[in-house]
Amino acid sequence: MELTRSLTTRRGFLQSVGGAAALAATAGYPEWVFAQTRSGVLNAMLNVEPATLNYALLNTSVIQSVCGSINESLLLFDWQLKPQPNLARSFSVSPDGLVYTFELEPDVKWHDGKPFTSKDVVFTCAKMLRELNPRSRAAMDRCESITAEGDHKVVFKLKEPFNAFILAFMASTGPMMPAHIYEGTDFRNNPANTAPIGTGPFKFAQWSKGNFIKLVRNENYWRKGQPYLDEVTFRIIASAEQRAVALETGAVDMAFGDDLDPIDVPRFRDSPGLVMVQNAYDAVGEITLMEINQRTAPFNDRRFRAAIMHAMDRNFLVDQLNFGMGRVADSPIFSTVPYYDPKVLTQYEYSPAKAKALLDDMGLKPGAGGVRHKFSVLMLPNQDGPWRRAGEYSKQALADVGLDVELQSTDVATFYKRNGDWDYDVMWNSYGQFGDPAIGMSRFFLSNNIRKGVPQTNTQGYVNPKVDELLQKGATAVKREDAQAAYSELQKILTEDVAMLWMYERRKPLFHAKKFKDVVLGPNGPCDGFGAAKPA
Amino acid sequence: MSTRATFLARRVVQAAMVVVGVVFLSFFLVRLAPGDAAMAIAGETGYSDPQYVADLRREFGLDKPVLTQFGIYLSKVAVGDLGFSYQKRQPVYDLIMERLPATLLLAGVVIVVSLIIGIFVGAVSAKYAGRFVDGVLRIFLMAFYAMPSYWLGLVLVLMFSVHLGWLPAFGIETMGGDPAPMARALDIGRHLVLPALTLGLFFAAIYARLTRAAMLEVVNLDFVRTARAKGISETRLFIRHVLRNALIPVVTYAGLQTSALVGGTVLVETVFSWPGIGRLAYDALIARDNNLLIGIFIFTSVLVVIFNLVTDLLYVVLDPRMELGK
Repeated sequence: MELTRSLTTRRGFLQSVGGAAALAATAGYPEWVFAQTRSGVLNAMLNVEPATLNYALLNTSVIQSVCGSINESLLLFDWQLKPQPNLARSFSVSPDGLVYTFELEPDVKWHDGKPFTSKDVVFTCAKMLRELNPRSRAAMDRCESITAEGDHKVVFKLKEPFNAFILAFMASTGPMMPAHIYEGTDFRNNPANTAPIGTGPFKFAQWSKGNFIKLVRNENYWRKGQPYLDEVTFRIIASAEQRAVALETGAVDMAFGDDLDPIDVPRFRDSPGLVMVQNAYDAVGEITLMEINQRTAPFNDRRFRAAIMHAMDRNFLVDQLNFGMGRVADSPIFSTVPYYDPKVLTQYEYSPAKAKALLDDMGLKPGAGGVRHKFSVLMLPNQDGPWRRAGEYSKQALADVGLDVELQSTDVATFYKRNGDWDYDVMWNSYGQFGDPAIGMSRFFLSNNIRKGVPQTNTQGYVNPKVDELLQKGATAVKREDAQAAYSELQKILTEDVAMLWMYERRKPLFHAKKFKDVVLGPNGPCDGFGAAKPA
Repeated sequence: MSTRATFLARRVVQAAMVVVGVVFLSFFLVRLAPGDAAMAIAGETGYSDPQYVADLRREFGLDKPVLTQFGIYLSKVAVGDLGFSYQKRQPVYDLIMERLPATLLLAGVVIVVSLIIGIFVGAVSAKYAGRFVDGVLRIFLMAFYAMPSYWLGLVLVLMFSVHLGWLPAFGIETMGGDPAPMARALDIGRHLVLPALTLGLFFAAIYARLTRAAMLEVVNLDFVRTARAKGISETRLFIRHVLRNALIPVVTYAGLQTSALVGGTVLVETVFSWPGIGRLAYDALIARDNNLLIGIFIFTSVLVVIFNLVTDLLYVVLDPRMELGK
């Protein structure tokens, strides 16, 4: 492994990390690690009952929180989103960025005792994820071939370089699934979907429907000395108030990022018995924003979009409505994701006067009652909580500059139907970046991703050939500096153009009881499992 | 055919028509809203493409014309198959059966306890009508009747779970609790107290008010005066004659409420994370899991019909002058 390869290229960087990871994995653990007490139960909670426990079939955050301890990925990612070994003890990337080779841990077994081999990896990536999971499919469809070389080596050959490819092996996107359980079956209706089998530190034990899910220690876990805990349980608690009570009374030891209304965060943040982890979801990198349907006037006018940005006090959204759990979003790229470049961004400070001036310039003068223009804003369908408050704030803030907003609320299905059918003027939304702009961001600006009837695409109808070109260049650049150059220019254009109304980066806090430590070890949070969690 | 058999036959036919009506109405009503399960799932996963949405629609049969979907659904329901849940990918019948015991337990305890409390309090209130005891009881009854159950539930949680720490705030049992039957029953009983109180106090207030009003009406009727003239004791008169005759409206209301409770415990089941049908219906509604939602509608409508039938039969037991079917 070429540890001396220059770190100045993305390829060299990736190869070096792979090499270092291999060394770390083979160096062995100190004795004191194994001497750690192996006992305890970590009680977590879920805000809704998972539809399935097939991680590949549906990877919502709730399913990720449970399955992260059952199914593992080839790689883990550290706080800087650098890949680290997991089921793959090492990996390398060819100089042309087209061939990714993974060496697998040799002594890994599925929970039913069958060996984990390269056949499982090929099955998972080439078949199961490709068929079931759109985010994985977007990466795996770029492969010319996925082949096993022996039992513990897998080679992915890409049709063209795709520098975000390695992120497809993050747990939330690329969980490994057992070929011997799923191959040749109906993936969607396999009995293992409710009693999953993985390689992870905990094994599925019980699912009391509507009540709780229980995982127990995997005694044959391949990572020596782990897991430390006997059990991890997930109590299903549908009401936000009850989840706060559960954490407050110690009935549960942990609250995931969506479990608490931010209004409850300050008192838990100050609680002496709890630890708050605010970057547990940075790998998702969620930006709360407003999409604007740019097919008609005045929404297709940059000045109108800029006016809305100036009219909204985004610091208020972060500090008052989200109690500091976030950061003003000033770029289409989440600030902890690679390629974020604050130097090139056009900023839109809170200034109702500037907003009014822009609207005046457009000829949108105040009419009766001071109203310049009327339009609708569709709110995110989460009943109460920060998104509803943000929606209500937007009506108030925009009214101050003469924009009369009709707030609309819907259920989830209607919301995404209207999103996919472009049936909105302006709508609140919240999108994940998943570690790289090529995965989480490009889909909203690529003109070839304007697809009626499909939510979470370029529903705004944004078309800019230069942006298309830069997105392609950024995703396929072999050298990191080339990708950075493309993405920097892209951020400059998109923010100048106000291609979307980015409001704030959502930093969902994860709370856990102080009596546990090492609960969250990376920006993928619970998705990476609780194998390392232990009594403090 | 006897009167009772004719009555039953007629009610079964009516019941079947009600259920068919429910199938028809619920199938089309839930489809009036824009969007479907495919859209809900595609949006929820945070990443979507045309193939994903098309695959989901095909899997759920949503790519077919609505009338074709209805024909397929009807043919399945006719043989007792409620279909597959879109979201949970399990048979709807199995999902309902998994949750039914919890709802029946909650609803059963609520009905029994609220009837006992309601009738007792109503009778005491009627007995002491216009006096201090009656006044105090009526204030409480009005308060419990007026309180929103969602709010009352949270107040009870704050009081008994957060501040006093006496009772569990959510769930049906303790995870990893003692599996011995008696210990488990006690554990479930402790979990049952707060949701049952939340629902039960409301219903007890209604039954008490109904009992009081009916008893005050009955107590002035001729047969009561006659009974008293015959020298019957006041206690016997009150219980055997006045209360019994006053129970007709209470039984009517309890019958209606019992059936409504089975499908109407959504709020309380959500507040207390009680794993029953109400919460299942709520989850199905949010996910636009139409098969599951309609399955629950059909199931609860059958229960409504059965409870109504039982209520009709109870009338006759309570008042033999009433004839079946009249």
